[in-house]
Amino acid sequence: MSDAVSALEGAREDGFATVEELGLKGMITLRGGLDTPEVGAAVEAAVNLAVPGRGEVLIADGGDHAVAWMSPDELLLVMSYEEAEASLAGMRDALQDQHALVVNVSDARAVFQVSGAGCREVIAKLCPVDMSPGAFGPGQFRRTRMAQVPAAFWMPDDQTVQVVCFRSVAVYVFDLLRGASATGGEVGYFG
Amino acid sequence: MLILTCPCCGVTGEETEFAPGGEAHLKRFGPGSTDDEFHGYLFEKVNPRGVHFERWRHANGCGKWFHAARCTVTLEVFGTYSAQTTEPPQDIKDRISAKRPGWSWREFA
Amino acid sequence: MSTRLATGGRLLDRGRSTEFTFNGKRLRGHPGDTLASALLANDQMMVGRSFKYHRPRGIVASGAEEPNALVNMGEGARFEPNQRTTTTELFDGLTCASQNHWPSLEFDVGAINAAFARFLPAGFYYKMFIHPRPFWKHVYEPFIRQSAGLGKAPRDRDEDTYEHFHAFVDVLVIGGGVAGLQAARAAGQAGARVLLIEQTAHWGGRAPVDGGTVGGAPVDKFVEETVAELEAMDNVTLRRRLMGAGVYDHGYVLGYERVTDHAPDAPGPRHRLWRIRAGQVVTATGAIERPLSFSGNDVPGVMLASAVRDYAVDYGISVGDRTVIVTNNDDAYRTAIILRNLGLEVPAILDARAGGGGALADEARGLGIRIETGKGIAKVKGGKRVEGVAICAQAGEGAVLEEIACDAVAMSGGWSPVVHLWSHCGGKLNWDEAQAHFRPDTDRAPTGADGTGFVIPAGAANGELDLAAGLKDADSAGKAAAKATGHKPGRKAAPKAEEQAGNPIEPIWMMPQGAGIKLRMKSWLDFQNDVKVSDVQLAAREGFESVEHAKRYTTLGMATDQGKLSNINGLAILSDALNQPIPQTGTTTFRPPYTPISLASIAGEARDRTFQPIRRTPMHDRHEARGAYWEPVGAWRRPYCFPRDGESIDDAVQREVAATRERLGLLDASTLGKIIVKGPDAGRFLDMLYTNMMSTLKPGRCRYGLMCNENGFLMDDGVVARLDEDTFLCHTTTGGAENVHGHMEEWLQTEWWDWKVYTANITEQYAQVGVVGPNARKTLQKLTDDDISAEALTFMGWADVTLNGINARLFRISFSGELSYEVAVPASQGCALWDMLLEAGNEYGVTPYGTEALHIMRAEKGFIMIGDETDGTVIPQDLMMHWAISKKKEDYIGKRAQQRSHMTDPARWKLVGLETVDGAVLPDGAYATAEGHNANGQRNVQGRVTSTYHSPTLGRGIAMGLVLNGPDRMGEVLDFPKVDGTVMQARIVDQVFYDKDGEKQNV
Repeated sequence: MSDAVSALEGAREDGFATVEELGLKGMITLRGGLDTPEVGAAVEAAVNLAVPGRGEVLIADGGDHAVAWMSPDELLLVMSYEEAEASLAGMRDALQDQHALVVNVSDARAVFQVSGAGCREVIAKLCPVDMSPGAFGPGQFRRTRMAQVPAAFWMPDDQTVQVVCFRSVAVYVFDLLRGASATGGEVGYFG
Repeated sequence: MLILTCPCCGVTGEETEFAPGGEAHLKRFGPGSTDDEFHGYLFEKVNPRGVHFERWRHANGCGKWFHAARCTVTLEVFGTYSAQTTEPPQDIKDRISAKRPGWSWREFA
Repeated sequence: MSTRLATGGRLLDRGRSTEFTFNGKRLRGHPGDTLASALLANDQMMVGRSFKYHRPRGIVASGAEEPNALVNMGEGARFEPNQRTTTTELFDGLTCASQNHWPSLEFDVGAINAAFARFLPAGFYYKMFIHPRPFWKHVYEPFIRQSAGLGKAPRDRDEDTYEHFHAFVDVLVIGGGVAGLQAARAAGQAGARVLLIEQTAHWGGRAPVDGGTVGGAPVDKFVEETVAELEAMDNVTLRRRLMGAGVYDHGYVLGYERVTDHAPDAPGPRHRLWRIRAGQVVTATGAIERPLSFSGNDVPGVMLASAVRDYAVDYGISVGDRTVIVTNNDDAYRTAIILRNLGLEVPAILDARAGGGGALADEARGLGIRIETGKGIAKVKGGKRVEGVAICAQAGEGAVLEEIACDAVAMSGGWSPVVHLWSHCGGKLNWDEAQAHFRPDTDRAPTGADGTGFVIPAGAANGELDLAAGLKDADSAGKAAAKATGHKPGRKAAPKAEEQAGNPIEPIWMMPQGAGIKLRMKSWLDFQNDVKVSDVQLAAREGFESVEHAKRYTTLGMATDQGKLSNINGLAILSDALNQPIPQTGTTTFRPPYTPISLASIAGEARDRTFQPIRRTPMHDRHEARGAYWEPVGAWRRPYCFPRDGESIDDAVQREVAATRERLGLLDASTLGKIIVKGPDAGRFLDMLYTNMMSTLKPGRCRYGLMCNENGFLMDDGVVARLDEDTFLCHTTTGGAENVHGHMEEWLQTEWWDWKVYTANITEQYAQVGVVGPNARKTLQKLTDDDISAEALTFMGWADVTLNGINARLFRISFSGELSYEVAVPASQGCALWDMLLEAGNEYGVTPYGTEALHIMRAEKGFIMIGDETDGTVIPQDLMMHWAISKKKEDYIGKRAQQRSHMTDPARWKLVGLETVDGAVLPDGAYATAEGHNANGQRNVQGRVTSTYHSPTLGRGIAMGLVLNGPDRMGEVLDFPKVDGTVMQARIVDQVFYDKDGEKQNV
């Protein structure tokens, strides 16, 4: 799969925060009964993590694996791009007798990282979400709108936000993020 | 601009995260129904001044539909609840009764 | 003359100077100046001409309420009209010019209007310009348009950037005066998350100018200490240059931050629009002084008394050498005292109250200032500058008692609380008789999501004009706001300020009380829109009794200052004319924004590259490099065609069609929606969604389906592939994926929630390419060892294959009538697939084609297109697609609607093909006319064109259309009038123009 390329091939821009496209990521959407042992086992087998609670994201292996709560019957599993097909096959086997849907969405997405002390401000310019440390932080997962497109984000640590959007709007989202993090645009709101 | 709490994912978000879906608790009439029944189902939506029940979707969020009980005059939100029900739950009705004694909406009161 | 004093100016950095130009003149000010104070320092009292009469106008105020001193500011990409000099911080290199005059500010031809003032009263435009009727369009409107507007419209693109910021707080305090500071402190001490915003660059509001003591120390000290204390609190954020622009439902507040207006060379956005959600909003927005209505109150040099002392204390400006004070309240005495203490002359204080003032009056008298009680101004002398005042008894009709020479007049008609933000979202007001102003009725606050009030007024904004009472009020407002957001306020009492005893205000709405028409015609209410006392009285006489009607008839308060100075005076005059109490007249509606905000700040990031999201397919850059001529399809960009060097768009399209039909074409079809539907009830569910039967589809096979909404109308179409027993892949139209996916989820979540079905929108997971034409199979076979022969992969079948190592799914479907495959690969490998197909197809003359060639080929085959043949009112039966409507199914979405009488009416227009008699192309959307005229005198119609193209394959114009009884009228010729008046004729034919038996796609 050496000919597989991400939407922006790792574009990067340094403002008061750094914005970069993270390249290809493996992503699997799982829909099913999140409280069933079968789903729990399938998730654990795929990413070595438990099923997250409402609005949460769990991260393992230094960020190589994650699982996010998307809705009451949907999870998003994150892994390396190369792992996705094998994990998918494994999960399909494991959930064969369940009413569940497991589908590879690795190529449908673009993933961005905003890093630096100002990362919260960058998001707060674009999303109608309370980004103050008391309201949102590592461990939480938020689906919302970023300017005019749907997006989701989480914080691997207090200085970093990772944003997922659809691949077709990767250029738009990158332009949004770099505009919002342009030098001189520091708000200085989150302490 | 309203704020609503999605009962499915627990997020309290501003209106731009949500999409309105018209009147709640419609009963579907399909083939075999009379013209009057079908007409009522499809076209005769209520638009009351005061207590109202609506459908909303957390479109820029978890994607789920839910119900909201709301006052169309003051925009007070009495509560949001699951879309998988054919009538407002009792606690929502109680809350409305406490604030709008004597309210009624369709067959509910 | 107005000038800079040798010392003073608490906001100035007198050690440095700042250069700026006004009307091309180079002038100097100091850092800390506003543009207004710098103009005054240079004796530029007159700064503009009025809107209607072009009267000379000067600076009246020192803040956001200024009606006159608006200028065209900046140049080129930074030019902006109507900038308020009183709220513009001076910076080095500022350029500005006065507005609304020609040829110059000093000599203005338009001033001739003033001579005709008696013929231009309120409602003049309505009365004058109505007859004769055609004159409006051809004479009056062009003339009025030319003279309308104050400033000039910018010509260049704005080069600055703007942005939004979302902030969420427990308590938002609007206004950084002493009340706002104290409210923020009280709320902050209770532990609430507090945001305190102030529209100017300075904390403390009016208090440092007006003076007073808090806890025994000067109020400046209180401001300084409180700011320091707040800055040290982690839960409190302070922002200056951030105005509360509007208060909306559920605690939503727009804040307008002028980030770099004062330092235009600094990096960063010019304005930032704060989208704030607050649990509670404290409006500590202060109060605005009212002018008095006397003849000549608009002559440059007549100013609000508070502004005169602001300029003196804050900027070290003497507005005039000799300033006469005229007032109906004690507060204006402060101005006299301050001026006298600076060594300036105050020839007289004219106090309209017979009883005169209280303690402040005694202090003024002690300084030796002459005080005349029961007196007012009969008339201001001077044109472009005050030269003197004629004084009279307030109780009389204006007989002149004495003339006093002076070059400035400081007037005060009392103070009105700034209730705008309180009122934006429905807060109600009470008329306070004793203080002669409207103040918030705190029992009727705007209510939020939980049904309780969410705005609390504080201090002067709540009518508590006295420092001591204001601080106390603000303290309790801050505590109440904290409590309402779930915090426990402390018991610490508000700091105590020294109370000041005084005599009450006496409302004076006209000066003198019995002013005759001559005086009233020169007594201005609205300076910016040139509305006088006499205009409002005329409106009342002519029956415009509602304050909202009188406002629109006279234009009172409709200028860019929104009547901050004029509203209360105007409605008092109206009430008097109607002989009714003021509360009965009421106020006009306060609407956001508080002062105008830039449109660009509202747009925020939504401009240029991020004006709107543009969806790109994985192969977008490849198409761009090939010179694609783009077409927007929903939010997607698709190549319309790929013109070669020197080739026209039309020629390119024709070439692409021919090449595809004869050899091999490639289409980027990635935009097609792809939705997975899975579960034990998936088949049953799709049977409800589509008009035809999907549950009988075999795994490995594809079926075309139509989707209707519950109204019966077509909403989407596409090919459904069954992947396995439980799983279907539904293709939708480009741009239809989100809509169809939402439609599916809506039915699953809200109607059939017990059905076991999961869906997933995987549109963007795949890059999809149409490989089309007689050489399609040969090309693909070169890339795979899998068997894709006609026998192995039959028409309407699909198969998973490997193309040069890439996992792909091959759908053998055709929208062109040719042998055709759609190849889907993971999006990340889209470019690899595209390149591979180009290379493999090279020997067959492979030709990438765009959406127009696609459209033509489908039209040649008579295939419908959602959005062309359908417009939200068309049902499948109209399109003669009975074959795609299952008769076996009891129900599907839209079935019942399609049984309604109008839907089964045989007179519904039906789809047919149209062939022009002369081979030309019919205009899109053209109507076929019928005999006679309808009730509106329009030609009757009997059909319309839905798709129309020049077919390169047939060498003639072809079209589809909906026609009355069309299928029964084959061969008939219809008339299609064109917009140029000529008529085209077209024959009704079968809609399939090409390869009627489908032999080409079936090879």
